[in-house]
Amino acid sequence: MIYLDNAATSWPKAPGVAEAITRFLTDVGANPGRSGHRLSIEAARMVSTVRELTAGLFGAPDPLRVVFTLNVTHAINVALHGLLRPGDHVVTSSVEHNSMIRPLNTLGQAGISFTAVPCASDGSLDPADIEAAITPATVMIALTHASNVLGTLLPSADIGAIARKRGLLFLLDAASTAGCVPIDMPADKIDLLAFTGHKALLGPTGTGGLVIGERVDPARIMPVFQGGTGSRSATETQPPFLPDLLECGTLNTTGLAGLGAALAWITAAGINRIQTTCRAHTRLLLERLHAVPGVGVYGPRNPRLQTATVSFNIKGMSPSQAGQLLDERFGILCRVGLHCAPRAHVTAGSFPQGTIRFSPGIFTTHDDITTAVDAVACLSREACCE
Amino acid sequence: MSEQFVILFPTSAHVMRAEKLLKDAGLSCRLIPVPRQLSSDCGICLIVLQEEAETACALLKDRRVDFDTVAAIPAQ
Ligand SMILES: Cc1ncc(COP(=O)(O)O)c(C=O)c1O
Repeated sequence: MIYLDNAATSWPKAPGVAEAITRFLTDVGANPGRSGHRLSIEAARMVSTVRELTAGLFGAPDPLRVVFTLNVTHAINVALHGLLRPGDHVVTSSVEHNSMIRPLNTLGQAGISFTAVPCASDGSLDPADIEAAITPATVMIALTHASNVLGTLLPSADIGAIARKRGLLFLLDAASTAGCVPIDMPADKIDLLAFTGHKALLGPTGTGGLVIGERVDPARIMPVFQGGTGSRSATETQPPFLPDLLECGTLNTTGLAGLGAALAWITAAGINRIQTTCRAHTRLLLERLHAVPGVGVYGPRNPRLQTATVSFNIKGMSPSQAGQLLDERFGILCRVGLHCAPRAHVTAGSFPQGTIRFSPGIFTTHDDITTAVDAVACLSREACCE
Repeated sequence: MSEQFVILFPTSAHVMRAEKLLKDAGLSCRLIPVPRQLSSDCGICLIVLQEEAETACALLKDRRVDFDTVAAIPAQ
């Protein structure tokens, strides 16, 4: 079996993740921040370590501004619903995941508008087009760091600079880049960083967060959820301080224990080394696919301009049929069809049939990739002869 | 018997952050359950040496970790 669906969720996870989860459940288990006994303290210490590691990975100076959520979708919703008010306008791109576009569309009913700036068909985005879409009502630029369909990296640092210059907040959806592309919140001028723990961060599902930059005043954020935090228990209103303002209800401590192990592994391995490995995977995958007759590859087709996510189609075969054959006949697991980002497929010209998406991960081997592309070549030959 | 200083925090995340900052700065500090005579919601607090209390508080202020009250208690 060859797993090439790391853009959906990474697998296998980082070494030590499963053990950390087991250890937490077996030896600790208690609720952090709710009690003063030793196991509650140990749980709180574990969560705190994960906060510190997260802040460290993204260059965030204050770990108390790391708010844990269940995934990036949850984090994006916390940011958009929490900060936008009627009359506000948001600038975004045409390759966003539904996790960005759906909340923005829902907010449309509350008088909040957005402009999705068109990307080129390879997903690339000209920062000047973002700047041109800014209106007097614009308060935020909200963008994915990379297309989850095409892999294309968007020029986040340039756009962060534009946001800063124009006095706007910059929200970055780092779902597909956190853990495999260097991210430095202060340098890239990111005010709100939404991440998910289960993709390139190599942690378990049910983990993620929103890192809130220094320019965002917590008093401006309306919490989407309110409830128990273990703090200010005598009052019936939400505490005003971070992280409790946005972190209520018992945390996914089990998942965070695993995420902590993953972050420690990534920090030790080094993001730059991980990025180099992923680029090598991308280069090999692109070279091999390019050589297969009947295969058309979408996206920038350049390992420096994209993540290790490659979308393609086989002439004469639907993506869904290809996906089924790759799994059943070759044991190759990937995602096919529309990848929760309809506008990205429209941008690339792959709507509505979608694409076949191969997404190797850090643990994918050279052989995995060549074997998978051989299988694609086999299917392509059959499709053209039938 | 010298007094020790108890620093209370609004939430456990702040206690943990403060503990790390103080230890990283080479200050002596200990995490304890909130003493009976005091009260705090999160159930835990930090205890520091009296002679380091001022430095500790200044550091926490500088790094913007909220703390509620500082109380002196006799060392156990
Ligand atoms: C760019 C992007 N945004 C958002 C998501 C959604 O992630 P999650 O399901 O973890 O919220 C994904 C992945 O599915 C993604 O690639």
